[in-house]
Amino acid sequence: MKMMKLTYLMAFVLAVALAATGCKNHRPVGVTHLPPGAGSTLPEANPSGTLSGGDQNANAAGGGPMANIEDINGMAADRTALASYTVLFAYDSAAVKKSERANVQAVAEALKRDPSTKLQIEGNCDERGTEEYNRSLGERRALAVRQALVKLGIDSSRVFTLSYGKDKPVDPGHDESAWSKNRRDDFVLLHPKSGA
Amino acid sequence: MKNNYITLLRICLAIVLPAAASFCHGQDGVIQVVKQYDILGGTKPILVSLDGFSGEVAEVLKFDLYVQGFSFVAPDAAQYQISGSGTDSVQGRVVDRFAKSTLLSRSYTGVSVRKQAHAFADDIVQAITHKNGIGQTKIAFKAQSSSGNGEIYVADFDGHNAQAVTHDSTIVAAPAWVPGRLALYYDSYKLNNPDVWYHNLTTGQRRVVAHYSGSNISPAASPDGAKVALIMSKSGSPDVWVCNADGSNLKQLTHTPEDESSPCWSPDGQWICFATKINERRVLAKIPAGGGALERIPTPGAPNPTEPDWSPDGKWIAFTLQTGEFDICVMPADGSAPPTMLVAGEDPSWSPNSRTLVFTRRTGGRYTLSVLDVFTKQVKDIARISGNDSQPAWAR
Repeated sequence: MKMMKLTYLMAFVLAVALAATGCKNHRPVGVTHLPPGAGSTLPEANPSGTLSGGDQNANAAGGGPMANIEDINGMAADRTALASYTVLFAYDSAAVKKSERANVQAVAEALKRDPSTKLQIEGNCDERGTEEYNRSLGERRALAVRQALVKLGIDSSRVFTLSYGKDKPVDPGHDESAWSKNRRDDFVLLHPKSGA
Repeated sequence: MKNNYITLLRICLAIVLPAAASFCHGQDGVIQVVKQYDILGGTKPILVSLDGFSGEVAEVLKFDLYVQGFSFVAPDAAQYQISGSGTDSVQGRVVDRFAKSTLLSRSYTGVSVRKQAHAFADDIVQAITHKNGIGQTKIAFKAQSSSGNGEIYVADFDGHNAQAVTHDSTIVAAPAWVPGRLALYYDSYKLNNPDVWYHNLTTGQRRVVAHYSGSNISPAASPDGAKVALIMSKSGSPDVWVCNADGSNLKQLTHTPEDESSPCWSPDGQWICFATKINERRVLAKIPAGGGALERIPTPGAPNPTEPDWSPDGKWIAFTLQTGEFDICVMPADGSAPPTMLVAGEDPSWSPNSRTLVFTRRTGGRYTLSVLDVFTKQVKDIARISGNDSQPAWAR
């Protein structure tokens, strides 16, 4: 019975709705004018941009904060010196594997040999995660090795990180052979510019 | 009397109109009312016919209506008959075949027939569903070449009229609109570091908002545009931070050793939702925008969720499910039902009317953008710019 009542109610509602919309039969033809250029063109970007905003000196105290990014301004980037010590990672992991410890040790030795140098660690991922997920995971990988270097006695103010996510694969392939090479930290040795 | 009709109409429209689409398939004399609206992926499309349009106008109308839950049938099978012409300018009408009434009769002038067709599509959606259409909305996205470098683009929601916003020849990522304004935040490696930039699209002026040691990534403007949530790692871990629109007044919200990613705001500005790891499991979580305790957002049946986006009406959270494959999922923001897996894809972004998602789809080793009506699951690829288009953000 309830269902029957509901059906009658629905039928009534439908009739009312149809009757109401029926009243609008003689609606006049309206005109919508779109103004020219509304949202259709954008000015050119200012490619030089202007640097402002943000507190450049805000280095929060706490566990493992990084030194000011301005500290590495103008340093010469040497991408070959530590190229053979690239550290590889397991899928979806930022843990430094036992097999990679020798490479981390070698990077630490290089930094100890020349105290004027600093280090940029670039974290990378394979293509399997989503983009921003990988950008965070790549940063986590760079920070994991930074932490390992600090444990080996490197001053944390000498080590900087960044993440390329999955935007800089060394192997463009779509299989584990490629992916295993792409899950990595690359090391860029930073030298003071001569005469600086 | 008329007021009564209108009141009744308003109360019952949500039941009658979506259900009406099934009447034409019903047996003679039998009216079956089936609740078939607001069911994620399970709502039946509204049946319409389209007559008299050709070329670009027909293409636009078909595209706009299809991805908003309309399906095309012969005039005698349609509930709503759409007809008109669009050679020099667009004019059209919508007739309700059952009510035998004209819901809309309008002509359009100015700009281009393409824009006029979008405007007509919006009027059709408004006349039939009483909701704002998406025909005249915009998206931003990243177009990337095989080198890994890319530029930020802005386009109509269907991918047409695309314009490059950046000309940096570097890695760019994660464009995010300031709600209600022609302005974006995005990530650029222009200064040899992943930094967050603010770009006013009206003046072309831009500035760095976050350029700190480590990665400064994944910006998201608050609903009122006064704040930005982002991921920064200068403290030693990728955490959620929040700052003023100009980058001042930085505040670290999360203090986990894990890698947080993809922050988004609740539409009331109270919460920031993001992906993180708790007890070795990838989860979605939220934290009060002013700081406070982190709360897990359960996604039962959907392990490894990432890239959340909270719908502008507050009702839904869309996210990417990573299981080796990628799937677009939607769930009620209040957790009243488990997530529904809709289609293969990643990085969803809600339309301003909280009904359609634009997302990235991997096909043949490339990325392309698609739009999805979450209720009918009707989906179409949008126009492509480059080898890889990804990270779409719907202006709202």
